[in-house]
Amino acid sequence: MINASEMTPNLYNSLLSLIESTSSELPIDVASAMDLAKKNENEKTSAAYALNIIEENRVLAKKYIAPLCQDTGTISFYINHPPHFDRTSFEKMAIDAVISATKKGILRQNSVDSLSGLNSGDNIGLGHPGFYYEENQTGSLEIKLMLKGGGCENVGAQYSLPDTRLDAGRDLVGVKKVVLDAVQNAQGKGCSPGILGVCIGGDRSTGYAYSKKQLLRFLNDENQITELKKLEEEILIDANQLGIGPMGFGGKTTLLAVKIAALHRLPASYFVSVSYMCWAHRRQGIILGNDMNIKKWIYR
Amino acid sequence: MILLKSPFDRNEIKKLKVGDIVHLTGTIVTGRDAVCKYLYAGNDSPMNLNGQILYHAGPVVIKDESGEYVVKAAGPTTSIREEPYQADIIKKHGLVAVIGKGGMGKKTLEALREFGAVYFHAIGGAAQVYAVRIKKVTSVHLLEFGSPEAMWELEVEDFPVIVTMDSHGNSLHKDLEQSSEKIFKKLIG
Repeated sequence: MINASEMTPNLYNSLLSLIESTSSELPIDVASAMDLAKKNENEKTSAAYALNIIEENRVLAKKYIAPLCQDTGTISFYINHPPHFDRTSFEKMAIDAVISATKKGILRQNSVDSLSGLNSGDNIGLGHPGFYYEENQTGSLEIKLMLKGGGCENVGAQYSLPDTRLDAGRDLVGVKKVVLDAVQNAQGKGCSPGILGVCIGGDRSTGYAYSKKQLLRFLNDENQITELKKLEEEILIDANQLGIGPMGFGGKTTLLAVKIAALHRLPASYFVSVSYMCWAHRRQGIILGNDMNIKKWIYR
Repeated sequence: MILLKSPFDRNEIKKLKVGDIVHLTGTIVTGRDAVCKYLYAGNDSPMNLNGQILYHAGPVVIKDESGEYVVKAAGPTTSIREEPYQADIIKKHGLVAVIGKGGMGKKTLEALREFGAVYFHAIGGAAQVYAVRIKKVTSVHLLEFGSPEAMWELEVEDFPVIVTMDSHGNSLHKDLEQSSEKIFKKLIG
């Protein structure tokens, strides 16, 4: 059992490191995909200009341990823990780490009361930060953090098939049509090249939650479900034909990756939920030892 | 690459065209959702915006030990949310340019033409590239909107942007929307 007494200052330090790294450092798989995108664009185009600035930014953010993007986004902790994990103590520690990272300027003051319009100033508010738990029997404690900015969150989309406007029926051809529609509509809003997390099925809330969870997958992992693997590849190719390109300046890379999963649905419902992630895909993860120090980084 | 220094000369701005890479040196001021809505509602601007450049951005700003503001991150935010307000603000306050990301719509493009202004595109997510080129926070207004939504008056040096909407009615965003829409229609059959 991991209880309150084990929530030592080590855990606080580990969480603060996790926040700092997530805000300032691109995950290794995203960095490789961006390098490839840069290689593929023609020199002296606006797309190449954008990718050069992005590269300079990556170097500076890592060097200064400062935010890659000023919108440090919705703070979501995904915790995979052994049985009898003390969630209350964990959350207290995580909240302290978030407040401290905000004071240091690693995180922006990003939590606004929707009724009064007042900014809490410390990133703490109703639903902020978000905590999502899963239990394991292996005894390991793994914490992933995602910082998802508002620009890309705003262009997420949920479709209910059939969709008459797009002539999209309740099959994978229909799914492809609506996902491409989401990419087309994201231009000029979410910062491309983007990454898609998609969920087929579920209900309105589980669909969105599961689509977002797909963004935790390594960009180069292989989908074990053959139909979905094929669909991921096809959508990636088609989306890159749109020519939207980096920052919507025109170019070859509009998406870096597409990650699709499916949940069961009701006979009456067929939702397709799309979470769009910008190129500044800030997610890192840590595996903690018994002493609550970081044993291993997941995406570095 | 074109260098522009404040006070910005409207005739120089009018010469710019889509695709021009520009480095800005001098004063720019941030204003995003809350500020644009506030100005559009007819409230007075806390500073004179005539001839100024408005930056759609919500920077990360903290105070250092000596109490001075330090900008820790300062990339652009999505501009299209300001589409309902921007044209009016350009007209009423005499802005010479807007900096943001993603471009803006028809109404703003028309205002750029009418009043001889441009839209500069900064690179989304490149918060450090811009932060290191901000030399000083000159002043801050409307801090009651929260730090990311306040009007931060900034001294910048060689701040890199690219013209994506000019004062001659050209818009890279409009062109790309049309070309990608054609391909999209073909792809979905």
